[in-house]
Amino acid sequence: MTRARIFWGFLISLNLLLAGFFIWRLQTDNQQAFLPGKATHGHHQIELACEACHIPFEGVPQQACLDCHAEELEIANDSHAESVFTDPRSLAELELLNARLCVSCHVEHRPEMVTAMGVTVPDDHCFHCHFDIAEQRPTHTEMDFNTCATAGCHNYHDNRALYEDFLLQHSDEPGVLAMPLVAERDEPEAIGPLLSSREHDAPTDREVDPALLAEWAGTVHARAGVNCSNCHVGENPGARWSDSLTHEACESCHENEVSGFLAGKHGMRLASGLSPMSPSLARLPMDPEATERELGCTSCHGAHEFDTAQAAVDSCLGCHADTHSKSYKDSPHFELWQAEASGLGAPGSGVSCATCHLPRETHKKGGDKWVSVQHNQNKNLQPNEKMIRDVCMKCHGLPFSIDALADPALIERNFKGQPSRHVESVDMAVRRAVKNLKRKEK
Amino acid sequence: MIKRTVCALALGGFLLAALATGCGGSGGGSGNNQESGTTFSPRTMADALYAVIESDRTVYTRKVVDRLQDEEKVIEASEHWKDDKALPLPAQMFRMGAKMVSDKTNVFTYSLLSLWPVNKQNAPKTEVEKQGLEAVAKKQKPFYAEETLGGKTFFTAVYPDVAVAPACINCHNNHKDSPRSDFKLGKTMGGVVIRIPLSQR
Repeated sequence: MTRARIFWGFLISLNLLLAGFFIWRLQTDNQQAFLPGKATHGHHQIELACEACHIPFEGVPQQACLDCHAEELEIANDSHAESVFTDPRSLAELELLNARLCVSCHVEHRPEMVTAMGVTVPDDHCFHCHFDIAEQRPTHTEMDFNTCATAGCHNYHDNRALYEDFLLQHSDEPGVLAMPLVAERDEPEAIGPLLSSREHDAPTDREVDPALLAEWAGTVHARAGVNCSNCHVGENPGARWSDSLTHEACESCHENEVSGFLAGKHGMRLASGLSPMSPSLARLPMDPEATERELGCTSCHGAHEFDTAQAAVDSCLGCHADTHSKSYKDSPHFELWQAEASGLGAPGSGVSCATCHLPRETHKKGGDKWVSVQHNQNKNLQPNEKMIRDVCMKCHGLPFSIDALADPALIERNFKGQPSRHVESVDMAVRRAVKNLKRKEK
Repeated sequence: MIKRTVCALALGGFLLAALATGCGGSGGGSGNNQESGTTFSPRTMADALYAVIESDRTVYTRKVVDRLQDEEKVIEASEHWKDDKALPLPAQMFRMGAKMVSDKTNVFTYSLLSLWPVNKQNAPKTEVEKQGLEAVAKKQKPFYAEETLGGKTFFTAVYPDVAVAPACINCHNNHKDSPRSDFKLGKTMGGVVIRIPLSQR
């Protein structure tokens, strides 16, 4: 056998082995070998569920992004929705930057390109269409082309709290509003009469822990007539008693909450068919003692006590150990939370982790009004301007809210102190309004 | 009422037939409705589309916005209609409709532009848009041309967009971003631009 034959034989065998390895890995759940690079903070939990975004040999279709983010963009009144660019008059600009596709700006698996917003964004993404902004707004003359979205003034998608007339409307608001309260949660609709621990309907052949029964009897579940079998058996015909429950058991009554949970950072792995999220998989600092926990409804709410106060603070701090979280108990927000808990503060005046990250939302439709808890924390997490309207402005004025969220050190301290940064957007809007008024008077 | 319904159905049928033909082919060519043997040129199709667009726009401006805001003072129309619990502006109604159409078909697109736009993104971008808007501002008659955008050829029609109610001029003459404050009732404020692709690439 010649050296050449040995060489080629070795090369072919090596390739066959490699091909076999990758084909085998494709069949397994662990697809780490195919990761071209770490995914962004928003996607890292599902980076091994390749098919959540990719179609083999076809790349990432736009629909994959929309499946998870379309509703959020619709609610945000997306300033640059795809429809803005569908007219042929935009074709020349689209050749420079195809703004109709999410992936034109937001590239995955390129951690070195990810910006402070948590996604990749080309520096010049505003410039191509708004290069002449200084002609319309002389105040923008000295501004760098890449500061539109980083100076705290604009957001490519969500400008609900940043548009000029909104800034004007709220320009004279104080740092803390006269009535800094969040909406109170509604008492859930009862499905039956109030139940006591004696009226539980667990199977008679099971030994039931009296402590669990006492916990259940003290909850809103018992008050609303929700008995053991409603959760442990469910409503499906032929269903049998189950000790261990998933979010699906809660979903029949708490559809919106579970839907938010699955769309958010706590449940997105489950939504993608992966194992539950666990602190051991997190990129944020977590309590070392919590690493083995798995996230589901009961990991925060408890299995029988369903204490919402516990779920709003202690459950969060049981895992999250970053500086912002650890600073909470030294913050004015926590003081308010304690005051409300002790009865000194008005209902709705306390500020928990959930007040900001899983906020209460007020809905109105057809004369009805109700309050729900948004369990998708992605909805107002990054960029943090998304939090201004639905969260901060429940208690704070707009100028203060913008400044506070633009100050990373203040966020680290969990808002203990005053903002050290000042975003000029409100001032600019006011100056322009005064100028226009003077011009009209002339 | 019956007469109005029949007219609406007839016009709807006409437009559906026009859309079904696609009005494709070479520049200035015509679409062919094989069932009826009727042919429509891109110009005929654009004129028909404009008739619908302009009528709806006028009805909303006069019968809804002008009546409720300016005459009866029941509710205001606002650019931030969701936040202000107000009526969408006529231009926003127009654009919402154009968006919905673009989600459904690529047989044609339409937009509302002006030489004096409140939003500068609605100023003319292409040479044909500029020529068309200048032409309709002068003569209040449609302007037709072909243009190539992104390697694709389009039949482009520009129609005068006229101030049909006091609400139009009150808003545009007083808007902080409007470059003009002397718009007059019955005069052209901008143009409706309809584009029909003549080539696939």
